[in-house]
Amino acid sequence: MDGIGIIKGLGVTLRRFIATYVDDIKWLGRRYYKEEGIQHRSSADTDGIFTVQYPEEKIPVPEEFRFIPFLVYEEKDDGSVFYRCTSCGICAKVCPTQCIWIVRTTDPRTGRPVPEPAEFYIDVDICMNCGFCAEYCPFDAIKMDHDYELAVYDRHANNIYDKKKLGKPVSYYASIRPTNYKREEELRAEAEALKAAKKTPAN
Amino acid sequence: MSAQVVTENVDLLEKFPQSVKQDDRAGYAGYIVSADHLLEVVRFIRDDMGFDYLASITGVDYLPNGLMEAVYHFYKTSGGPGLVIKTQVDREQAAIPSLVSLYPGADFQEREAWDLLGIRFDGHPDLRRILMWEGFAGHPLRKDWHEPYYEEEGKPYKSRWPEGKVYRREDKNPFHKNVDYPAGFDPDKWVPDDDSTLYASVNKISSAGGESGIKTDYVIVNMGPQHPSTHGVFRMVVALEGETIRALKPVMGYLHRNHEKIGERNTFLQNMPFTDRLDYLSSMSNNFGYALAVEKLMGIKPPERAEYLRVIMAEFTRISNHLFAIGSLLNDMGAYFTPMLYAIEERELILDIFEATAGSRIMCNYFRFGGVARDLPEGVEEKMRDLAFKRLPRKIDELDLYLTNNEIVKARGEGVGVLTPEQAIAYSASGPVLRASGVPYDIRRADPYSIYDRFDFDVAVRYHGDVYDRYLIRVDEMRQSVRIIQQALNGLPKGPIQEGKPQYLVRVPAGEAYGRVEAPKGELGFYVVSNGKANPWRYHVRAPSFVNITALETMAKGNKVADTVAILGSIDIVLGELDR
Amino acid sequence: MNEGLNKPEYEIPPEMKHSVAITTIDRIYNWSRRSSIWPMMFGLACCAIEMICTAASRFDLARFGMEVMRPSPRQSDLMLVSGTVTKKMIPQIVRLYNQMPEPKYVVAMGACASGGGPFKEGYNVVSGVDNYIPVDVYIPGCPPTPQALLNGLITLQKKIDTQSIRDVRWYKKGTSETIPVPVLGPDIMDPREYDLLRQYTFQKLNPENINQPSVAEQEKGS
Ligand code: SF4
Repeated sequence: MDGIGIIKGLGVTLRRFIATYVDDIKWLGRRYYKEEGIQHRSSADTDGIFTVQYPEEKIPVPEEFRFIPFLVYEEKDDGSVFYRCTSCGICAKVCPTQCIWIVRTTDPRTGRPVPEPAEFYIDVDICMNCGFCAEYCPFDAIKMDHDYELAVYDRHANNIYDKKKLGKPVSYYASIRPTNYKREEELRAEAEALKAAKKTPAN
Repeated sequence: MSAQVVTENVDLLEKFPQSVKQDDRAGYAGYIVSADHLLEVVRFIRDDMGFDYLASITGVDYLPNGLMEAVYHFYKTSGGPGLVIKTQVDREQAAIPSLVSLYPGADFQEREAWDLLGIRFDGHPDLRRILMWEGFAGHPLRKDWHEPYYEEEGKPYKSRWPEGKVYRREDKNPFHKNVDYPAGFDPDKWVPDDDSTLYASVNKISSAGGESGIKTDYVIVNMGPQHPSTHGVFRMVVALEGETIRALKPVMGYLHRNHEKIGERNTFLQNMPFTDRLDYLSSMSNNFGYALAVEKLMGIKPPERAEYLRVIMAEFTRISNHLFAIGSLLNDMGAYFTPMLYAIEERELILDIFEATAGSRIMCNYFRFGGVARDLPEGVEEKMRDLAFKRLPRKIDELDLYLTNNEIVKARGEGVGVLTPEQAIAYSASGPVLRASGVPYDIRRADPYSIYDRFDFDVAVRYHGDVYDRYLIRVDEMRQSVRIIQQALNGLPKGPIQEGKPQYLVRVPAGEAYGRVEAPKGELGFYVVSNGKANPWRYHVRAPSFVNITALETMAKGNKVADTVAILGSIDIVLGELDR
Repeated sequence: MNEGLNKPEYEIPPEMKHSVAITTIDRIYNWSRRSSIWPMMFGLACCAIEMICTAASRFDLARFGMEVMRPSPRQSDLMLVSGTVTKKMIPQIVRLYNQMPEPKYVVAMGACASGGGPFKEGYNVVSGVDNYIPVDVYIPGCPPTPQALLNGLITLQKKIDTQSIRDVRWYKKGTSETIPVPVLGPDIMDPREYDLLRQYTFQKLNPENINQPSVAEQEKGS
């Protein structure tokens, strides 16, 4: 009979409509504005309403999420900062859109390059968030940020990020990418130990 | 290098000793056919050798040798390896006979080669520019043609490091824009193209009185480039008699982003994230095709675990793409947005997996030459299992119940936009469009790549070739993809995910390779030519949407104007790939 | 957000005696406008997919009163330029912009629409839609995730909140200016720049003039 298919289809939507309320009751008070509620709504068991109400609720971004890159700096005890970047230029070379600009520091007395960027720019109007810079940086000095709330009214003044705007402390990096951070620190410690071990017999 | 070397067909050389010779450049395969005898040889290839499917046509500008080369890839729809032939002509007067009379599917691809490379195809019925507009200065893919923002022949640019004084490129242009004009050009004398040749081409069959005997003029309707039904910036010029479509010409290029020109300046690796932006609904499949092509050139293979991960990701991509395709097809049929919401919900869950693994929802950039970028982070495998074993099968059934027997969907879809199997093959249609017309041709089966030969799955086929079947086939394919994912997840081995050390500057030996995969939309091929340097000499994308659209006119003719929307929706085009 | 307007020390221009009423009207006016921004249904490239996702179940633009996507520019308030703007498309975009009634806003979504994006160097790509039409909010990212887009739209709402009925351009005298539609020539041509164009191509024709100040320098000087 004509119309059966439509009625069955409408049944699907009706079931869905009811499921929202059933789920609300099941999750009484925990479904909205709560961490676990958001988690539940993004899981494979979610049923009923699917909406996450940005900006009150935010879907947590996964660790690997990448947006604009940032430069990692370490803070010394005296409050000064020290960028991990050695201005080796690998990120600028691997960047598919060529949106990274680095000025290498030269020692004013000897004229030799110093492993530290004098200036570091990223044109975020060109950047394609591909993550190659972070992937191929041998010093873990550039990483992909999680902050995506970057809308501006004027791009000409704001959208070429300089070293200062790009810089973020190691602690921030450790907080957004804990697993990666841990793995890298372990590798670093290993390498240090190896170096130290090599040095000792030479003495 | 190229795996498509056909050995049993040496008779081509015997048959045409004068006009055919082996392509013996290092790293190349196939035959070189002289331009004067091309049609004759191709007719033999089609009729006597059985290569009924013309997969791709493109050109390569060998500037140092002063040659322009057209490259043809033929396959058999019954499966098996393909055949490559080439024709070389002088690049200043590049003219090659057109193959449209033998393979109608050559139409748009030849127009593209004319537009971008300036190869004139003699005998082509409608040789106009296709991606750029009429009147544009030059043929941009020629190696001696430079764009206004031209900096250097290849990346990385020297200005970025170590003296990277930042500037915006528009600041160095007198117009502060991405423009350049030929010397002595006067804008007042310029007459912009008013599309009259385009309109004439749809109007050439003058209406000599229909069944009613009343003489009417055709009405020409422009749909697009901004039209809610065109899935982006696509334009159709439709000639109507009453409400019936008599002729239809797609007009494209509104999203032509010069993918190939940029790709020839990038290093091999730098192209990977650009491929994401081809078919932006299924970036993992694009990565797959490109990785295969370059791996073929390099002669490497990824380790086991990476192969499995690749297949899993590619199949998840297929599901998410088909969900989106079904949602928007239903949108086009008038079920405004509700089916789309259901489809997008599942898609979002798949995208969550991509985001957790690859780092981005739709621009995954996950494949590397000889492996993948990173292993699955903690918890992702469980998520995949939940989806593949529990949720997706249930949800696909729900979608089926929701839409398949809907009387309106049937009424709008059955018998509309029919493409017969013969037509589908002749027009080089691929993917769901080809299989919905009853041709069981799936590259995963016909010419297996990666590890698809290990999985147990059916090639979905439907036989009516109409809009409704093209909907059904997508549902079928999603089910098959779920099956593949389930098997792959169960067999997922432990181990490394990358062959050798990750490198940002890969060494690619000189040669050519055509890597093709069964992307969700059809055959996605990458034709890459390397000359041993850091950047590819030629980088061509055989985009399924672009080739499938060649058959649009045939499907649409005789239907009502309201059906064009549904027909276009059923082909499932993506503009990023169509226009590149 | 328009707290500034409510401060008692707010300077009242003499011709605006009933300032309190004005402020309140501003508030109502802005609140109603910002809560029913109808975007134009208009997608260009990859970013459009994220825009569709934003409008769909998970992010749901309807919560901002923006779910009514209008295919016609005549009925929309917001042009979401979601993707790469090409030279072949820019005439149509300018035309659509001209057809939108005031008040109208433009949001450049993603790197491409803001400044050319990854394809900036391409011969058919416009380096930012703001080369031709004014843009209110730029959202970086390639693509901006749906949440980033929502953040951009909230930024737009904040901008609307700061506007005042007294000085918005659409209540000013005179009809609003239409932007001349670019022409497809050997390259895209902006009718406003024909003089410069003639100069440039003439200079290119006579390379001996090269020692004269180039067009670019003249531009800078002027
Ligand atoms: S900004 Fe990125 S995602 Fe958006 S249209 Fe451009 S390339 Fe696509």
